[in-house]
Formats: sequence, structure tokens, C-alpha cells
Amino acid sequence: MKSFLKDKILQLIPTLVGISLFSFFIIRLVPGDPVMLMLGERGADPKIYQEMTQSLGLDKPVLEQYAIYMKNAVQGDFGKSIVSKRSVTSEFFARFPATLELGVCAMIFAILLGIPAGVYAAVHRNSLPDYLLMGSSLVGYSMPIFWWGLILIIIFSVTLGVTPVSGRLSVMFDVPSMTGFMLIDSLSPEVISEEGFAPFISAVRHLILPTIAMGTIPLAVVARMTRSSVLEVLSAPYVQTAKAKGQSFNKVVWRHAFRNALIPIVTVIGLLFGSIITGAILTETIFSWPGIGKWLVASIHARDYPVIQGGILFIATMVIAINFLVDIIYTYVNPKIR
Amino acid sequence: MKLSTLLTSAILVSTLVSCNAKKSNKKTFVYCSEGSPTAFNPQVTSDGTSNNASAHTVYNRLVEFKRGTTEIGPALAESYTISDDKKTYTFNLRKGVKFHTTKFFTPTREFNADDVMFSFNRMYKKNHSFHKVSGGTYEYFNGMGMSSLIKDIVKVNDYQIKIILNQPEAPFLANMAMSFMSVLSAEYGANLEKANKKEEIDNYPVGTGPFVYQSYQKDNVIKYKANKSFFNGAPKINKLVFSITPDSSVRYQKLKAGECHLIIEPSPSDLDAMKTAENIKLQTGAGLNVGYLAMNTEKAPFNNTDVRKAINMALNRGSYIDAIYLGHAKVAKNPLPPTIWSYNDAVSDYNFNPEKAKALLAKAGYKDGFETTLWTLPVSRPYNPNGKKMGELMQADLAKIGIKVKLVSYDWPTYLKKSSQGEHQMLQLGWSGDNGDPDNFLHILLGCQGVKAGSNYARWCNKDFDSLVNKAKLITDKTERSALYKKAQIIFKDMAPWVTIAHSTIFRAMAKNVEGYIIDPLGGDMFDKVDLK
Repeated sequence: MKSFLKDKILQLIPTLVGISLFSFFIIRLVPGDPVMLMLGERGADPKIYQEMTQSLGLDKPVLEQYAIYMKNAVQGDFGKSIVSKRSVTSEFFARFPATLELGVCAMIFAILLGIPAGVYAAVHRNSLPDYLLMGSSLVGYSMPIFWWGLILIIIFSVTLGVTPVSGRLSVMFDVPSMTGFMLIDSLSPEVISEEGFAPFISAVRHLILPTIAMGTIPLAVVARMTRSSVLEVLSAPYVQTAKAKGQSFNKVVWRHAFRNALIPIVTVIGLLFGSIITGAILTETIFSWPGIGKWLVASIHARDYPVIQGGILFIATMVIAINFLVDIIYTYVNPKIR
Repeated sequence: MKLSTLLTSAILVSTLVSCNAKKSNKKTFVYCSEGSPTAFNPQVTSDGTSNNASAHTVYNRLVEFKRGTTEIGPALAESYTISDDKKTYTFNLRKGVKFHTTKFFTPTREFNADDVMFSFNRMYKKNHSFHKVSGGTYEYFNGMGMSSLIKDIVKVNDYQIKIILNQPEAPFLANMAMSFMSVLSAEYGANLEKANKKEEIDNYPVGTGPFVYQSYQKDNVIKYKANKSFFNGAPKINKLVFSITPDSSVRYQKLKAGECHLIIEPSPSDLDAMKTAENIKLQTGAGLNVGYLAMNTEKAPFNNTDVRKAINMALNRGSYIDAIYLGHAKVAKNPLPPTIWSYNDAVSDYNFNPEKAKALLAKAGYKDGFETTLWTLPVSRPYNPNGKKMGELMQADLAKIGIKVKLVSYDWPTYLKKSSQGEHQMLQLGWSGDNGDPDNFLHILLGCQGVKAGSNYARWCNKDFDSLVNKAKLITDKTERSALYKKAQIIFKDMAPWVTIAHSTIFRAMAKNVEGYIIDPLGGDMFDKVDLK
């Protein structure tokens, strides 16, 4: 196990250097520079243009810029945003918990509903519930998030009035940010003593629609993957043997079949989790969710180089870390991999 | 207890709680804004979103635009005088103005000349201890030419300051009313410097304005409370909340669900539904903007006035208003919008007349037309919401008089860079006024200096026009200036360096119980006189 961990960690270093190189140069290949964007319709007065380029350090040769960037990055300084002038690290970590909180909720939603639905469909193969479940999962998979989010808002927020339209918390409450996770911060003793559980309930209500919107596609994928994986295992000889030995149906499905069917499901969940963090952009825009997706897209539009570089690097690290965790989970699900 | 019962009761309890919260805070005004401020100091920002969150809420200027107009009135300066040579402006400061008390700062003195010196010198003097904080670029201060215009800033006494200019400049006062000339607290600055936290001055604002900053959760919500001792009268609402909602359809849903009282920039496609909605009212105002097609007068065949006039006659601008602006704009005949003083209504416009256009082209020696390129605006702007579609309509119109147009587009920064260097033949662009002064349109966009500075996209340098506009800069009498600008507009129309396309309309949608809101022609949102009934 130790050498397994060591290998994985060593593999991280070249990956991160590669990503930093890629993000640094690819954004500079995109036409257009940040100074022009700041000047806008006013046009580029050569003197003002030069002054601004100099103050942002963009007048130096690209290789020199990269060397400076890497030297600072190794010391934990990822530069300052060209737009907000604040440190990229603090800007990222101020937003990341919001994305992570939503991503985790969406994955829990997808797993809690997707796995039982997939197993049920596999066990009742070619029955009406199987057709219904798989049909609706195909619809869920094909649904554009933007449209789906708006439909949820119109039904649950505007027509029924049971959930808020967007945001993370009712504007009536003040919850100081400690961890950045609203579900945790709203339960701090300070908040509870002042406003009771109302902020927590408000945070939960604000999470419902974005969780459904973001979790729908992973739910469909998990359900379909579980179904096919369980089906495959159900026809395996050891399951047939277990059945022949007269074991109960539940025991056969959950102990023998499901455990072995889990490996591809865990793989898919790991991949989905990575994509959920990077693909939060649409959900965050519709539900005005203050996460990193929206922030990164805005920085690409503004050609905010330090934010794009830092943001990509942080996200890549997170995705690698998640896959790393998935690898470890494998070893528990199937000790043969160790 | 079953899970469903638990969930239902949780939702019921929270609904009750939020209803109670709404009741107890009925003077909390929620404004659904479109984006996050880049900083809380208008000296270092250049976008309207940041101005709304700081300049119009937390800060004041020495002089300010009167509500709903572009006229200049007193603010932190009670009065001002201009010397005979028009180069020295003396501002008499208001006494008894208090800076905000916040969680991070408690003022020990009232506003005085030191605060003005601190604020202006930060942008003006390169050796000022705050000059380099937050990058030190001061886009607006430099962009409006203040750094080269100001010769000196002098504190006469605690309640009087003088600004000496290098040359007379009539639009200077309008510049002084712009957001970037906001006044910050020198005492707060000194405290931050002592604590070695200078950059906080741009993120945790302390001003004299109608609202006191309380908190900001990034990309989510900004909270203010009313400044009960605001010198211009305490706001009628107790709390102001900016709920950041980037998507316009979601803003509309929030307004319908009662989660916002007022929304910025409703989507044009929702306007009809809003007009008939029961609990919503719409306010409209003329935008201080112009969308135009610039012809590069340095290049043939656009160096020929007849060709430019022919293009003016060939384009059916009335049809663009319906197709591109969905009817929410007016055809423009002058480079100035009609709401700006000195707008010359007597100028006669080129009417849509393809036959006459053809004849003019023939007169110019282009009987069979010619081939050219037209750059279409790659971004959506109030002055032109859909450049590509407008380009296609223009292409069809010009084909009718024999001009074969190839449409070209670049990404926005490349578009700006190439066009400000004059690489285009024809291009779509526009302008939203900064300060309501005619100089801000005519000098920047059409003056000879603008050719070099890259803001005159027609690259049109007409000596008669330029001398009128430059002369108007030196006079402070509004009537005299107005006469000069009116003449300049006649020359502009006659020489036709642009096709003036449209002035778009500004919309704000709000709940029926919102009172006292007035649309600002400069596009800002102010809430100091807003009330909830």
C-alpha cells in the first residue's frame, strides 16, 4: 500500500508541471489581450496601452513571464487577478467550497437514487419498471441543464413557491463565512444562538433545485451503468451457484452480484465527480451560485491570465485528488488491485 | 417520522421563518444586479456594476449629476468658482459631513480637505503611498485625460481646495462628477497604512454616501444599511441588498417570486410579459448611447464623401430597429443622443433612398459598385445587441446598390486592437456616454486627436469640425458651447463619416410597491430616494 501511494504521488509532479505549461501557453495563444479589453471602445492610446501593459508585467518575453510565474507558484504565490487585483489563491478558495458543496450534494443525489434504480431495473429486466426507469434516465441524460434549471425554477419557485429561485441563502440572514460550506457555517453556535436553525433550513432549501439540476445527468449515467454492470454479473457462474445453493434473493443480489458490479460504477462516479466540478458553469449561472465555474468563465472572457492559470491548476489538482481517492476505494472494493 | 413528513415540515417551518423575516424587514430593498463588482472603489474600477456597488451607494463626489439628469449639482462641495482664465477651479467643501462607521473603521473626525487631497493625489501623484495599490492603472482618471490636464491640486484650508489646470477645459466639471472622482477617507487610509493593509481600501469601503457597506459574499450578495446621517437626507429604506443574479431570465423569475424589488436589464424578450404582469411595473428611459457604422475615411473608396453619403442612404435603419433592437430604440441622426444638451434637432437626416444612393455612387465613379469588408460587432452591447445579424441586413441593403460586402468578425479584444489601428474598412461600433458632456462624444469619437488615440474609428479628421469642438472645450458658458456643438453636428452630417444607427432604450423592471426610483441616463442605479409602500 505504501509504495502504491508513493508511486501515485510521484506521478502527480510531472502532471502538474504539464498542466501549468499547458494552461500558461494555451491562454496566450487565444487572440486578444487583457489591456485592450479594459480599454474597450475608448481605443488603444499607445501611451496608456504601454503603461498598462508594463504595470501588468505583460511586456516581458513569454518565457520570462513563465519563469517568474513558476518561481512564485512554487512558493505558493499564484499571482493577482488582473481584473480584481486580488490574490488568485484567495479568490479561488473563497468560491471553491460553494462548488464543492453543490457537487457533493449532486453526487449524493445521483448515487442515492441512481444505484437502487439501476439495480432494480437490472433485477426486473425487460419489465415495465425497467423500461420506465431507463427511458426516463435517457430523457434526464439528454436534458439541457439550462432549460431544465429554468423549468425547475418556474415549477417549484414561481408556481408552487416552495423553493427559492436562486442564491445560497436568504438575503435576510447573515452567516459569517468560516469554512465556506453554508451547511456547516449556518450551524455554527454563533449563528444558532442569534437566528436559530432558520439559516440552515434556508441553506438546505437553496440547495434543492441546483442539486437536482446538477445531479440529473450523473443520476442517469449512474443508473444506466449500474443496470448494465449488475446484469453482467447476474449471469456470472458464481451468482448462479449462489442461487443454486438456495441463498435468499436479496443476499444474492446485494452481497454477491452488487459488490462485484461496483468496480465500474465506482470508476464512473469518480469520473463524474471530476466532470461535475469542472462542469458547474451552467448550474452556477442559472442558480446564481457563487462557485468557481462562473468565475473561471468570466476570467476567460476578460483574458485574466493569472486567474485562468491558477484556476486550471487548482481544479486539475482537485480532479487528480478525486481520482486518487477512487483508486484507493478500488483497493477496498477489490483487494486484488492492491 | 417518515422522511417525506420530515421534509414537508422543514419546508413549512422555513417558509414561516422566511415570511417572518420578510415582515420584520419590510424596509429591506433587494436589487437583483447582473454581476459582481471587481472592487469597492470606483477609482480603480471602470465598469457600471462596480460603480453601482460603490460610487452610487457608499461614496460621494465634490459635484454630482442631479438625479435622473446629466446636469451637475453640488455634493461634497457646496459651491465652486472658476477663475477668469478658466484654469483654476475652487471648491468650497461642505461642513459637518460624517464618514461611515463600520466594523472595520470608526472615524474620529468629519470630512475635510485632507480627504479630497488624499483621494485625488492617490490617482494623480505617482509617489503617493497608495498610488501603486491595486495595480495603479486608474483607467478612467487617465482615460479622461485628467493626469495631463491637472497641473496642481492645492489645499487652501480645511474646507477649500483648488484644482489648477494646464489649459482651460470645459468638460472638466463633468469629469469631476464621474464615479472615479469619489472621495475616500484619509483617516481610514492612514489607519490601513499603519496596519500594513493598504489594499483593503479598495475592498472594504468607507465613504460619506447614503449607504454603509456591511458585507460582501463573493458573487452572491452585498449588504448595506442606511446612513442615517447622510448629508442629503437619510434613505427611506433601512437596508439595501444586492442579490447578484447574472442570468436575465432568472432575474425576472426572482422578481415574479418576490425575491427582488428591482431588476437590472430585463431581457428584451420578457418585456411584453412584464408590461402585462400584475405586480410588476416597467420604467423606460433614453439611453445615453449611440450605435454607428464607421467608414475608414483614410482608405478608398471611403475617402470620398459621396460614397459615404450613398451608404448612408442605402441602409434601411428603420428596419434594424425592429429586427435588432426589437423596437426598443430610436433611429439616430446625430452622433449625440437627443438627451444631451446641444443636440441639434435641426440637422436633416439621410432618408432611405437606394436610387439616390446609386446615383451618388455613380457620381463618385463607382457606377458598378465595389467590393469591401464590414466588421461586425462580436459582442452584444445596448447600442447594438446583435452585430452579426445587423451586418447581414446591411450586406443585403448594400448589395442593392452594387456594393458587395464581405462580413468579417474577430474576437472582441482583437476587434478593438485592429480597428483602433485603422485596419478596417467599415465597422460597427458604439459608445455609451461617461458624463453627459457633448465633448465626451464629439471630441473623443470624432476629433483629430482621437485618430491617434485610437478612439476615432472613422479616422476622420476634419479641421472645421475639430476647431469647433476644440474651441468649445475652452468656453465654460453653456449657451456658447451649445452653439458650437450644433454647428459641429451639421458638419458631421454633411461629411458623413459614420452612418448613425440607433440610440437604445434603458429598461428597469420593479415590483409595484417600489416608489421614488428614477432611471439614470448614465445607466447607474441609485437607491437613496427609493421607498417601499
